[in-house]
Amino acid sequence: MAILVIAEHDNSSIKAATLNTVTAATKLGGEIHLLVAGSDCADAAAAAARISGVGKVLLVDAPHYAAQSPENVAALVVGMAAGYSHLLAAATTVGKNCMPRVAALLDVAQISEISGVESPDTFVRPIYAGNVVATVQSADPVKVITVRATAFEAAGEGGSAAIETAPAGADLGLSRLLGRELTKSERPELTAAKVIVSGGRGMGNGENFHRLLEPLADKLGAALGASRAAVDAGFVPNDYQVGQTGKIVAPQLYIAVGISGAIQHLAGMKDSKIIVAINKDAEAPIFQVADYGLVADLFEVVPALQAELG
Amino acid sequence: MKILVPVKRVVDYNVKVRVKPDGSDVDLANVKMSMNPFDEIAVEEAVRLKEAGVATEVVVVSAGVANCQETLRTAMAIGADRGILIQTDVELQPLAVAKLLQAVCAKEQPQIVLCGKQAIDDDANQTGQMLAGLLGWPQATFASKLVVAGQQATVTREIDGGLETVEVVLPAVVTTDLRLNEPRYATLPNIMKAKRKPLETTNPAALGVDVAPRLKTLKAAEPPKRSAGIKVADAADLVLKLKTEAKVI
Repeated sequence: MAILVIAEHDNSSIKAATLNTVTAATKLGGEIHLLVAGSDCADAAAAAARISGVGKVLLVDAPHYAAQSPENVAALVVGMAAGYSHLLAAATTVGKNCMPRVAALLDVAQISEISGVESPDTFVRPIYAGNVVATVQSADPVKVITVRATAFEAAGEGGSAAIETAPAGADLGLSRLLGRELTKSERPELTAAKVIVSGGRGMGNGENFHRLLEPLADKLGAALGASRAAVDAGFVPNDYQVGQTGKIVAPQLYIAVGISGAIQHLAGMKDSKIIVAINKDAEAPIFQVADYGLVADLFEVVPALQAELG
Repeated sequence: MKILVPVKRVVDYNVKVRVKPDGSDVDLANVKMSMNPFDEIAVEEAVRLKEAGVATEVVVVSAGVANCQETLRTAMAIGADRGILIQTDVELQPLAVAKLLQAVCAKEQPQIVLCGKQAIDDDANQTGQMLAGLLGWPQATFASKLVVAGQQATVTREIDGGLETVEVVLPAVVTTDLRLNEPRYATLPNIMKAKRKPLETTNPAALGVDVAPRLKTLKAAEPPKRSAGIKVADAADLVLKLKTEAKVI
């Protein structure tokens, strides 16, 4: 049976997390179809067709999918579900919003945020903020799954899948998008960045974030992240948050500045390849997971670090 | 307007859980339990809506073992008016809970169901969305701001790239994100008062819901531990190590 991956897109391009989701789908066995549901989204469908491993792109283009509301998209996916063994989406805020609704309408469980595929019905997923890894088996006829993007490689380019137009579902008219305020940044997206510079409560205020961490991030071509404490204190917007309830990241290099290392924060970044911790408290738990620890005052070290980087 | 708030009893967020020696599941014996933090935010928001004159009644509901009563009392100490306990010893998964809540909604007819966005034990992040699907209601998940006016709710949602504002027709399911509010501490008089608030007990059979688990946990394990690395002397040493040893810059 085939596998349906619900692509995340902005009507013109495909979001990076969908590439990792396609890789997870390749581990299940079966032809992979990618659903691009949007409005004026032919460009997104064309980009989807180039993803390696995709057998067919299903394009559903209608005005009521412009905002990709979970109500309309879930109804559409449920209508298309017959004939698929698995329905997958990335465990992003979009996928997390839509897929449980799909699962409930199909009367099946959802397997959330899988980090591994053991077999077509058995999956690995983190629970308790990543402190426990559970292996779960589903007996449901169709498996509805969200995928932790950082646990799978991104699928490459080079595919040339056929694009097939599929009929739109009804507009349920249950919700209306009034607007989006997206954080504008020249820096890479947090979940796709190779390097992340992240600040915690130790930064003191938002101005220090701006004055100290931004130049360092720019020097490294890094994304900026933050701990929940820094977000709660109002230093930076919530979409900077790395952790159990924020974003899950796994860059090549994660530099934690003034972050103590609560388990909820570690849950979001402990799969990073190299972790650097800068904190003046030598007892801070962040040092227990750091490859390189520097016990020092961040207000002195960060400018020095920036100078060293030339 | 009535608001229904589901609350879950979970391992306290400060507890570092362990797996059982046989690797079959998480060891929950003698572990401190508390209300799921996101549910606490939901209770707080509902109580604020009542204090603002928008809501007339706040009903809290919990499904699980008899001790979930404590969680309901905590919610009532924050200001909920009454509680419903759906008592069962069966392991409840999100779909089962959503079906139980659907049955409660049929009886209680709330205009808003305000849920936590995820429970910090199974980290599933499903129940609110599933309930909305089963009821055919709109859903506004990960809310950082909620404004109710007439038959509509305007919800600011936390999304990956920033914020999004949606308008949903009531009845609707709203799930809470961290920044929606900061829950109050229950005062002693309110804790005492909560003990006398009505608490009704029912069970899945009485609600006509099959709660049999759909997913089977085959094993639970602790993830590979990261070991602490080395301490570096200063910024220059750090940059040198990142360049020559780790080779990441």
